[in-house]
Amino acid sequence: MIDLVLPSVLETLYMVSFSTMFSILLGFPLGVLLVISEKGSIWEKPMLNRVLNSIINLLRSFPFIILMILLFPLSKLIIGKTIGTTATIVPLSIAAAPFVARVMESSLKEVDRGVIEFSLSMGATVPQIIYKVLIPEALPSIILGVTLTIINLIGYSAMAGTIGGGGLGDLAIRYGLYRFQTDIMIVSVIIIIILVQSIQFIGNTLAAKINKK
Amino acid sequence: MISIQNLSKDFTIGNETLTAVDNISLKVNKGEIFGIIGLSGAGKSTLIRCINRLEEPTSGKIFIDNVDITSLDKESLRLVRKEIGMIFQHFNLLSQKTVYDNIAFPLQLDGQNKSQIKERVDQLLEYVELTDKKHSYPSQLSGGQKQRVAIARAIANNPKILLSDEGTSALDPKTTKSILSLLNRIRHEFGITVVMITHQMEVVKEICDRVAIMDDGKIVETNTVESIFRDPKTKTASTFINSMTNVIEDEVINPTDFNGILIRLSYLGNNANQPIVSKIIKQFDINVNILSGNINKLQETNVGHLILELTGDDDQIGKAISQLRSDDVHVEVMQ
Repeated sequence: MIDLVLPSVLETLYMVSFSTMFSILLGFPLGVLLVISEKGSIWEKPMLNRVLNSIINLLRSFPFIILMILLFPLSKLIIGKTIGTTATIVPLSIAAAPFVARVMESSLKEVDRGVIEFSLSMGATVPQIIYKVLIPEALPSIILGVTLTIINLIGYSAMAGTIGGGGLGDLAIRYGLYRFQTDIMIVSVIIIIILVQSIQFIGNTLAAKINKK
Repeated sequence: MISIQNLSKDFTIGNETLTAVDNISLKVNKGEIFGIIGLSGAGKSTLIRCINRLEEPTSGKIFIDNVDITSLDKESLRLVRKEIGMIFQHFNLLSQKTVYDNIAFPLQLDGQNKSQIKERVDQLLEYVELTDKKHSYPSQLSGGQKQRVAIARAIANNPKILLSDEGTSALDPKTTKSILSLLNRIRHEFGITVVMITHQMEVVKEICDRVAIMDDGKIVETNTVESIFRDPKTKTASTFINSMTNVIEDEVINPTDFNGILIRLSYLGNNANQPIVSKIIKQFDINVNILSGNINKLQETNVGHLILELTGDDDQIGKAISQLRSDDVHVEVMQ
């Protein structure tokens, strides 16, 4: 049993950690752009804002499993193949990026308008406001957003597993469902539950610890 | 120092245009504390935000030391803003940074090195008496302490001008006093010109040299605080001052309820110490009935208001009034 479960756990962790990283790399700047390009914000670009919003909405309206299949050619291009744990990271990251952008957008929007106004009154530049005000002020909320993203990706990765990615979701389906090994199914689900609970716990604790508000 | 010329600011909401600032012109002298007082919605906040262009004026010009602020491009504006500190009603401190880092913030923006910053911040902390709160976060401070941090931060770059947007409105009266005396000290010691908007008459009385009364987007009257209290030139100004000083006499005292002649006296400083009422009783054959009175303490002087009912011979009453006027008392006959 352990021989079966352990590699799946590792595969899940591998997929989730890398896709979290890449989705944040893609989604975070998008979230910042969304916030600063908004009307009345520090880098008003209404046209850009509209385009970004449409793209993000479009990507988010695809059912994940369809998006994965659509992105296979891209995996092929980047990783060299479409099946396998590593290849799955590409569609996972891209599917999660618009989600990350929205989560970051809402975190950054929580920053008090008055603080931004004060920074402007001090003669701060747009990059200074982003790096020294927006991000540090929103950090506790950003950490909660990242937590949300990781948990979401655990869910996505379970789905991705079924189309060749491996991991705990794949294990549960292959052994639990197709081979009627209910115990494997139960163990997989329990591990996923523990993963989700601990990540949420760590995220909450960290956010509370650094929040000085 | 600051010269505002025909400044207007319109807001368009849907099809309606709202004029928040309506063709205002005023001058603020170097080193003075200039107050702009008005009820909420009068447009004072918009006006003060136009001075550092947090609001873009619709028309008009603003000169600071003969530089037209309204014509500056973004980059020059940014540099000019470094010379204009600003404090706010809700302090607007960085909640995730310590007191020290909050004050250091404008210096970091300027790319000063660590030891320069440390020296300046420590000096400012001492100046606003918060050295012991150096490592605290804003959420651990009282309102007055937060505003002290905000003031230290606003003057860190040695600005020429300090704008206060309802800087004491969220504070209790005692804390307000201490913040005002800090602002006054800053003005005297660093020669910073202070422009403050407020809806609190106490604030104006306490530290402003000159005051502009603003109503419905317009400046109704501008004068020294003493003059505007003693002798408001316009009806709006006098109504405003009466409502602000809690003199509700106009509502309570109806001249038709009295047989005699009602007069309202306003007098300044020295006269407040003189027995002006007993003088006219002794000198003229009249009776005097005191209906209401109060004295407002301004920075250096007092302004007294008194409402009297005079009965007796019309001729005697007329002479009494001339006597008061010749004693430099402002007399208004109410009926």
